[in-house]
Amino acid sequence: MTQYVGQAMPRYGGIGQVTGTTKYVDDIVLPGMLYAKCLRSPVHKGIVRKLDLSAAEAVPGVVGTLTAADIPGQNLYGFSGDQPVLNNEHLRYKGEPIAAVVAVDEDTCMEALEKVKLEIEEQEPVFDMLEAIKPGAPIVRPGTTHNLLEFFPGVTTRILKLGDVEQGFAEADYVFEDRFVHNVQDHAPIEPHVSVAYWDAADQLVIHTVSQMPYFHLRYLQPIFNLPLSRIRYVGGVIGGAFGAKNDIHADHIAGLAALKFRKPVKYRWTKREDLSYSTKRGAWVFEYKTGIKKDGRITARHIKQWHDTGAYGALSVYAVEKCGMFAAGAYHIPNILVESQIIFTNKPIASSMRGFGVINGQTCVEVHMNKIAEAIGMDPWELRFINAWRDGDQGVTRYTVQGAGGLEAMKKLAELTGVQLPDHLMAMSSRRR
Amino acid sequence: MKQQVLTFILNGEEVAVLVTPTETLLDVLRERLQITGPKRGCDDGECGACTVLLDGEPVRSCLTLALTVEGRTVTTVEGLMVKGELDRLQKAFYERGAFQCGFCTPGMLMVAKSLLAKNPNPSRDEIRSYMAGNLCRCGSYEEIIEAIQAVAAGEY
Ligand code: FES
Ligand code: FES
Repeated sequence: MTQYVGQAMPRYGGIGQVTGTTKYVDDIVLPGMLYAKCLRSPVHKGIVRKLDLSAAEAVPGVVGTLTAADIPGQNLYGFSGDQPVLNNEHLRYKGEPIAAVVAVDEDTCMEALEKVKLEIEEQEPVFDMLEAIKPGAPIVRPGTTHNLLEFFPGVTTRILKLGDVEQGFAEADYVFEDRFVHNVQDHAPIEPHVSVAYWDAADQLVIHTVSQMPYFHLRYLQPIFNLPLSRIRYVGGVIGGAFGAKNDIHADHIAGLAALKFRKPVKYRWTKREDLSYSTKRGAWVFEYKTGIKKDGRITARHIKQWHDTGAYGALSVYAVEKCGMFAAGAYHIPNILVESQIIFTNKPIASSMRGFGVINGQTCVEVHMNKIAEAIGMDPWELRFINAWRDGDQGVTRYTVQGAGGLEAMKKLAELTGVQLPDHLMAMSSRRR
Repeated sequence: MKQQVLTFILNGEEVAVLVTPTETLLDVLRERLQITGPKRGCDDGECGACTVLLDGEPVRSCLTLALTVEGRTVTTVEGLMVKGELDRLQKAFYERGAFQCGFCTPGMLMVAKSLLAKNPNPSRDEIRSYMAGNLCRCGSYEEIIEAIQAVAAGEY
């Protein structure tokens, strides 16, 4: 096997990509295929008071509509299990799907959507997560009294802890604090969300998906369709870019429901505008870092607080925030670490996974923080990192033991590649020993 | 909407197809003729994934009304192979891994084809500026530039 290491190998299946024969999901066209489009919430927050689809259904070419009432199973899905497939009650973000129209083509769908009679009682939204945790803030989730996600029943702050930070700060010669704000990001794959579903001759619901995690998604889809798993054939593997965007279902549930109801092949695809406006995002984040350090550069304690804006629903934010928290202190030996995390609901589009799953949000903060500390104590930033870098046997905040540490070796290589001359005492350091 | 017959040369063969006046060339290629090499990315002129050659010039088929190509010559990625042989650019993109997801590739290849037809030996900067309208979200730009340079250098 090792003969392949370091060699450029032609990409598996790559002939399809350079000849245009690879079938991406939107390339699938089936005889008699119908198209679906969603009616989306025009408001950031509100209650649906009236939803009348009759004029839409009367448009020539419209085959029918889908609402919550057409769902054979449960009208909830997602990693957090809190997202309605079609929501005709309490709308939580602009663009949230309310109903769908199924027609012979997308132009007809759009024409029909304009004919829907929708009345909404608009409510005051909240967009800033730090506003949303103040007393008296608008409540995002109906039937609750606050906007904090519960990691466990009643637990709204997730605490990860190693040692005793108070003691660590008492031992420090200096304490430094920083605050970081990260904005929302979209993944922007070139291929928008799309799904094709049909009922096949073997009495199976076949769905061609762009999912990045089909086995998770199959588990979300099954209770919606209320079909045994053996009757759902979920076909994936060809994706036109995802970057975490396709870790959440955006189209398969709607295409599947339409195929179930109308027993015809159905394609449901998002426009790029819908995608940028309403798909899942990397959510906004606020971090506070506090670090205690000795004059000789050894870090004694690090206390991190993170606030994550998950938007209207939980999605994969728990996963992202916990992962971020696990590594937020950086790849450094720190005997006392405390990480406190909160996830906050707002009336923004849903935040979920994006490249690095939250880890890089913490990493960018910690490395900027390290540079500022180095500057403040008058130490070379390389030296500060070398002194504190993980060695084998060090412990992370969740008490994992670091094995096969390579930070020092990577930094030495980086110095070599960028022409930085490191002093001998740093070059003599190794991840194998402290 | 009233349909009209559109006749044009597609990848060397004459085709006649019924279209409505609002359909784009991309709609006709993908939805009516099942020529799905050109991709629908933004459908709005931003990404370049839908690029085809119209009389040899790269155009965004999502911004080209289908009826404007009457009697003209359209080449898509499907038309790059000659007698079952990959085009040199296809070979170079394939062997050098000039893509990850491959969704931008059909557009990139068509723009690169037109660049080399005009300028057989483009500099790195010339490649970058000629290809500037084609986005690769996977970030394969380096490999794309190198593949084009390798073709220009006669390596393929
Ligand atoms: S699809 Fe035509 S430029 Fe993006
Ligand atoms: S290879 Fe994915 S967008 Fe270029």
